[in-house]
Amino acid sequence: MSTTFAADTWNVMTRELKPIKHEPASILFAMVQPLVFLALFAPLLPKLESGSALQWFVPGIIAMTCLMGASFTGANLMEEMNTGSHERLLVSPLSRPALLVGRALKEVVPMLAQTAIILVVVTPFSFDLHVGGVLVALGILAVFSIGVGALSFALALASEGQDWMFWTIQQTLLFPVLLLAGIMLPIDGAPGWLQVASDLNPLTYVVEAGRELFAGQYDLSTIASGLAGAAVVAALGLVVGVRTMQKSR
Amino acid sequence: MTNSNLTNTVAGPVIQPVIQTRGLTRTFTARKQTVEAVRGLDLEIAQGELVAFLGPNGAGKSTTLRMLTTLLPPTSGSASVAGFDVATQSRQVRQSIGYVGQGNAAGHQQHGRDELVSQARAHGLSRMEARARAEELIADFDLAACADRKVSTLSGGQRRRMDIAIGLVHRPRVLFLDEPSTGLDPQNRANLQTQIQRLHAETGSTIVLTTHYLEEADALAGRVIVVDHGQVIADDTAYNLKSSLGDLITLGFYDQATAAAAAHRVRRSAPEAQIKTLGDEVTIRVAGGRELAPALVADLAVAGDRVHRMEVAGPTLDDVFLNLTGRSLREDNDTATDTALASTDETLEEIAA
Ligand SMILES: Nc1ncnc2c1ncn2[C@@H]1O[C@H](COP(=O)(O)OP(=O)(O)OP(=O)(O)O)[C@@H](O)[C@H]1O
Ligand SMILES: [Mg+2]
Repeated sequence: MSTTFAADTWNVMTRELKPIKHEPASILFAMVQPLVFLALFAPLLPKLESGSALQWFVPGIIAMTCLMGASFTGANLMEEMNTGSHERLLVSPLSRPALLVGRALKEVVPMLAQTAIILVVVTPFSFDLHVGGVLVALGILAVFSIGVGALSFALALASEGQDWMFWTIQQTLLFPVLLLAGIMLPIDGAPGWLQVASDLNPLTYVVEAGRELFAGQYDLSTIASGLAGAAVVAALGLVVGVRTMQKSR
Repeated sequence: MTNSNLTNTVAGPVIQPVIQTRGLTRTFTARKQTVEAVRGLDLEIAQGELVAFLGPNGAGKSTTLRMLTTLLPPTSGSASVAGFDVATQSRQVRQSIGYVGQGNAAGHQQHGRDELVSQARAHGLSRMEARARAEELIADFDLAACADRKVSTLSGGQRRRMDIAIGLVHRPRVLFLDEPSTGLDPQNRANLQTQIQRLHAETGSTIVLTTHYLEEADALAGRVIVVDHGQVIADDTAYNLKSSLGDLITLGFYDQATAAAAAHRVRRSAPEAQIKTLGDEVTIRVAGGRELAPALVADLAVAGDRVHRMEVAGPTLDDVFLNLTGRSLREDNDTATDTALASTDETLEEIAA
């Protein structure tokens, strides 16, 4: 009666999605902040000659929603560690890697739903929808979300029920990563050291690729570096996550 | 002895115990303080046994179960479950066991039914089988009204029943239950005992549970292992543990003088009893106390020592403890109160006896 890795992963992923299925509105929670930014920031954006400011801003905001949503998900695991269900899963025959990979893969679903909502909200304004580009960008963002989700779960495991540790590290990392990726403001005029830090941030490439794709431009090298940035995060997340999971026995 | 050795050599493989520990030890270090939670446990539990670990808070019951279920690596010593080593073959161990921990098995954001199905799927049941099994357990544990609600909205007892149902999903060959009855009302406690006995009878599984209640251990388990400070201090049937203790009769009188006179009279008529007086109360610990009590009251009435109130209680975990260790459970937390309560000098002598 042994199960396969794929079956285990599917089991864990669908289990994680059940609460969203029962309470779809919960997806909106992670979106409050991005929507507020959209409402308050968009009117302030300067008129650009090259096109609408919204066109530049929206891909960044979508990347931000992904990052926030995925980075929060370790909190679910922490709750399960505190109440006991994580322990139950650890004693079940589900493989350790499946427990992590299934959780990380689940991040894709809320990510897609949130993007759809944002696009519905902004399309009536000065924003051109290029469906093909959006779909490719979503693929890149999905890979990125899986990585961030896995890192967030690893952080929850490493914090071992000390919630403050999880939140401190998550919050400390979140905003620098967002700002350095040029989501709120362009990094172009920044001093050298900031430029270097931004170049080292994988999200920078994801956001750049997203902007091109959302604008309906298909520059292969930009797309490739966006995908590479996302893949680096995903690989790192899965390696670190599975290691931490196996260490926790 | 010789006979069984002979059988083994002739008839091939020795029948291995389902659970076996050798010098199993676990220490924790927190803030430079070392806690020896489990110290050198040597245990053998055979296929089909129903065993209760009985012990006070912090005795090391959960730590032992967590080592046997692969959740915690032992500090030293070894343990095997269903023929697999818990440290090196943890995957195989997990495939052979069921575990109901002290926490909640069902995620608080989940619906109980979904958790049952997911657990069944994890154990390799098909989607159909998993749904059917979930339905069965929901009926067995009277959970129909709360299986399709968010677990965080259930009452403590409903949640506990869900935990146990999840642990039984795959009818495990070896089942570990950590304080399964905590938070259950008497009716559900009785139902839990029925379910555990049913599983035991139907599948012949080996079941290990922990509890604080001697009556529960008595009602369920053929074998009771009493643990204290990480060590086994008794390993016997509940019947033997209890019968060596006797029942406790408490008699209340109208005043202290009557109580003293009554104690004197009882001491003469039942010399084997342990008798204590505290104010206007006399407590008598004696084998077969339930049967003895009516005659005792009648006898005292004849002598003019009228009994004002009476209580007869079977032995509790506290009594087992007092008997085995010479100290009350409460002493662990509050020595001062307990010494103050211990009435007269004869108390201590009687415990020693
Ligand atoms: N993770 C841990 N870190 C530090 N100490 C621990 C840890 N787990 C258990 N202990 C200590 O080990 C000892 C045994 O704990 P354990 O949980 O096994 O007791 P128990 O018999 O299950 O008690 P209870 O009846 O309260 O559940 C206790 O002193 C406890 O404080
Ligand atoms: Mg315990």
